[in-house]
Amino acid sequence: MTHFKQRVFLVDGARTPFLKARQGPGPFTPVDLAVQAGRPLLSRQPFDRTAFDLVILGCVNVIADEMNPARVAALRLGLGAQMVAFTMQINCGSGMQSIDTAYRYIRDGSHQMILAGGAEALSHAPLVLRQSAVEWFGRVNASKSPLEMLRAMGGLRPEFFKPVIGLERGLTDPITELNMGQTAEVLAHRFGIDRESADAYAMESHHRLAAAQKEGRLTDEVMPAFARDGTVYDHDDGVRPDSDMQSLAKLKPVFEKPHGKVTAGNSSQITDGASWVIVASERAVDAHGLTPLAEITDSEWAALDPEIMGLGPVLSATPIAQRHGFGPEDIDLWELNEAFAAQVLSCIAAWNDAEFCREVLGYDAAFGRIDRDRLNVDGGAISLGHPVGTSGNRIVLHLANAMKQRGAKRGIATECIGGGLGGAMLLEAVE
Amino acid sequence: MTGHVLKHLGETKLELGPLAGREGNWRVGRDATGVLWLALDKVDSSINTITGDVLRELETHMAAAEANLPRAVVLRSAKSGGFAAGADITSFDRMSDEGAAELLAQGHAVLDRLEKLACPTVCVVHGAALGAGFELALACDARIAVPGASFGFPEVKLGLHPGLGGTFRLPALIDPTEAMTMMLTGKTAHTDRALSLGIVGEVVEERHVAAAVHALIENGIERHEPGLKARALGFEQARTMMARQMRSRTEEKAPAEHYPAPHALIELWEEHGNDHDTMQRGEITSFANLLKTPSSKNLRRVFSLRQKLKDTARGEDGVEHVHVIGAGAMGADIAAVAAIKGKTVTLSDLAMDTLGRAVKQAERICHDKHLSPAETRDVLDRLMPDPRGYGIARADLVIEAASEQVEVKEKIYADLGGRMKPDAILAINTSSLALDRLAKAAPNPSQFAGLHFFNPVARIDLVEVIRSRGTNSDTLTRLAAFCGAIGKLPVMLSDYPGFVVNRILTPYMLEAMMLMDEGVPKEVIDSAALRFGMPMGPVALADQVGLDVGLKVAESLHERLEAPMPAISNDLREKVAAGNLGRKTGRGFYDWSEGTPQVQTDGRAAPDLTDRLILPMLNAAVEVLRQDVAVDADAIDAAMIFATGWAPFRGGPLHYTRTRGTKAVTERLRELAEAHGPRFAPDDGWHGFS
Repeated sequence: MTHFKQRVFLVDGARTPFLKARQGPGPFTPVDLAVQAGRPLLSRQPFDRTAFDLVILGCVNVIADEMNPARVAALRLGLGAQMVAFTMQINCGSGMQSIDTAYRYIRDGSHQMILAGGAEALSHAPLVLRQSAVEWFGRVNASKSPLEMLRAMGGLRPEFFKPVIGLERGLTDPITELNMGQTAEVLAHRFGIDRESADAYAMESHHRLAAAQKEGRLTDEVMPAFARDGTVYDHDDGVRPDSDMQSLAKLKPVFEKPHGKVTAGNSSQITDGASWVIVASERAVDAHGLTPLAEITDSEWAALDPEIMGLGPVLSATPIAQRHGFGPEDIDLWELNEAFAAQVLSCIAAWNDAEFCREVLGYDAAFGRIDRDRLNVDGGAISLGHPVGTSGNRIVLHLANAMKQRGAKRGIATECIGGGLGGAMLLEAVE
Repeated sequence: MTGHVLKHLGETKLELGPLAGREGNWRVGRDATGVLWLALDKVDSSINTITGDVLRELETHMAAAEANLPRAVVLRSAKSGGFAAGADITSFDRMSDEGAAELLAQGHAVLDRLEKLACPTVCVVHGAALGAGFELALACDARIAVPGASFGFPEVKLGLHPGLGGTFRLPALIDPTEAMTMMLTGKTAHTDRALSLGIVGEVVEERHVAAAVHALIENGIERHEPGLKARALGFEQARTMMARQMRSRTEEKAPAEHYPAPHALIELWEEHGNDHDTMQRGEITSFANLLKTPSSKNLRRVFSLRQKLKDTARGEDGVEHVHVIGAGAMGADIAAVAAIKGKTVTLSDLAMDTLGRAVKQAERICHDKHLSPAETRDVLDRLMPDPRGYGIARADLVIEAASEQVEVKEKIYADLGGRMKPDAILAINTSSLALDRLAKAAPNPSQFAGLHFFNPVARIDLVEVIRSRGTNSDTLTRLAAFCGAIGKLPVMLSDYPGFVVNRILTPYMLEAMMLMDEGVPKEVIDSAALRFGMPMGPVALADQVGLDVGLKVAESLHERLEAPMPAISNDLREKVAAGNLGRKTGRGFYDWSEGTPQVQTDGRAAPDLTDRLILPMLNAAVEVLRQDVAVDADAIDAAMIFATGWAPFRGGPLHYTRTRGTKAVTERLRELAEAHGPRFAPDDGWHGFS
């Protein structure tokens, strides 16, 4: 067994705008989105499309027409019949899991260049038939004579036609039967996050995204998507540049009425979007004459109780900091996925809580305060949305871009994952 | 993109029964069950045509089969490309007057013998079965299609109708009105349609051909019974009524005066539609008569002109990726057509909504071309709107279709310099600018040329390929091949104001506007042109091209040509200034808001009017020939026919000139010059033109 490990670089990446789910399915399926983001990214590379060793795509809500969306996307992007491709699913971590898998494969020397992405079209989440309706349909289908069929059909009940919204089921933890928004309510309570702080955080997210859009910081990252009806989607359309505390304060809690603190305004938005990054070894970088955005130097996954899944970033990013002896001042930029404002603020509070850090994380004192100026500098899922399988990919890509733009040396991208997981990735500037 | 494993496995092999040895143009063999397989495999040719030899050899095999009756006969093609493309068209010219009828009768006898063979006969069709190929299939008891098979009688496009039994065998097999429609329009029935019409009994994949054939023989072939409608049309009165409808509809598209063939077919069917034998004799006589008509001769000439342009387009284009600059009407359509033909395409434009409209337009073209949902998806995947111009660095060919201003183009070319691949070609799609000045701005003048497409790109076959002074021959060869690869016909030209098509067409449109200024209604003008045989009158054509484009071309010709041109009408300038640009804005000279305006062609216009429109085109064609803009007169005729639909039954402007007589034309031009001005004065080229 060899102990030699290859250096791994994040070469380039691009994503579609994140498109707010409005009425009915949006114009793109997950693979459509992956194609829209992938085409311009591949077109601006100096190497041939068939130069990849592997395609990995994170996608949670795979639609029936696109089983193994990674492979469908690889073929539609013209990567060739010989391109191995697989799809990963670790819920909200899928888009980062694809990068991490690419990172580990390349680090260990079996691969040189991998296209790793995430794609999600939440607006296409299906209406699901009730279990009782499915059983009835099965009985009708299995009937062996017209009489038997007639009898089976008699079992039809009106409630069979009341579909279950698949997305709602998907955003509910099956073990605890808590909706994701409820897990944020739990954290807000435990860490004393009030409604005003959550709203203030959300407002800032919108303002930061609006500024990033206006000042061109997303130009190389967000590629316009073109629908068949001629509509062009060229920016994250959930942004509200004029978001203010008054209008946010008016919103009613959506998950725990009437006393809860989590509203549609301080939660991430339901959106469609896809993102890709090119992960390459030093050898591939040299061979193709590439200029990487950043080097991937570490990653970590962690798990905890599903009802407080929102602390996933704390559990997964801390071991990285501990391995390298980093304090808050050593990390120039953070991308911490904004599932809920209360959840982000709870993570910050946990790291700043001496008892929590001692008992749970094994520190002697509090890890310390993460400066808001280093955290989600260009907005996040609250302003631009959270297409679950894509978000992990986006935060790593955006961290790399933001580090380059700001001349930062080191950054961590991290996310909470429905079901009680967390993922984190360490990027460093290329020397 | 085919992977290496499938590439190794190769194409699906055709089921040819027992290993069949070649005997002349046929491969023949009997399998263990006593079934005789006859596969047409024409010697020294990649496609099958039905020649005299092919039929004579088939007769020998029929005789052998009669003497030693097989269990069944399976007839198919051994060529992977398809069944059979019909008769060899060049042989029509060789058929002498009486000889034609005699040769046809011999062919009929062979097919009759096949039809009457005492054992079941099954025809398996893959690819196209056209004309005589289709007729061979019709003489069998049953037909099996492999997906992709198509059937059609394109004879009408050559001024003919089917001549080997198609006129009575197809109406006997399927709904007679559907059969007549196929023969009158020349439209092809693809696999699904052929199945629903009843041309084929079943459709099976190639891998199941042997099983399907044996099952059919085992279970017996059901004899076809005519339907109620077919029986009704056995009565003369019913046929007369139906024929009247067919005539009036045919007259609209193909007036009898110009296109006698479809009308001859209707008459034949009306008279003999209920009698196999008299219909057969009538078909032979009528076909032999049509062969002699000028209309058919000229239409066959058009066919050979097309072949000539196609020959220019052979070879490798070395173009996998095309980048198109400018997503306006032309750029968007060029991009869509190239993507449909499998090219990787990037399309750049400064305006995002223009790029969006280009995607919508591409989808519409896919729809119009009946592409399947999966094919449409692949086309749209291959066509990437590219606002940042990433494709420029990857393209083998950059087509610049930006706005028609020298300064704009020079600026674009300056930017291309450092970005294009060293061996990539830069082609400009322009209708009014001189190439030589732009060539100086191009990154590499030897790899720079003109590529002039016509609107609407998806429907017009011709592309003018224009060399500028420095263009090297490799670039021209590759551009011609590129045209072929995207299903277009290239005509190779040197730079000249308006090239060929616009040089010839502009005086026609400007003269029409002068006539309007003189008070002649536009409908009268357009109907005169339609009666001559133009597919569109000059006023409607100006609207269709776009009055802004037309004005620009007219101004450029006025400036750059020595020959006098009709003055540009104020009306045209005013319409352009007001933004009424023709079809694309819904209003020009005509109102297009309700679709294409209908112009009545009844009544006669003064012959002076027609000559004032048509003769300037002949004069300009002679000028273009004198200036060596095209290789020869045929190229000029081909360009006009395939770009503008110039009265094909007249064989093109220069061929028409020869038919009408050089002397008569020049005399008439002189008369017109005296009456209307020097713009009609005969060109110097008439001295050398014969």
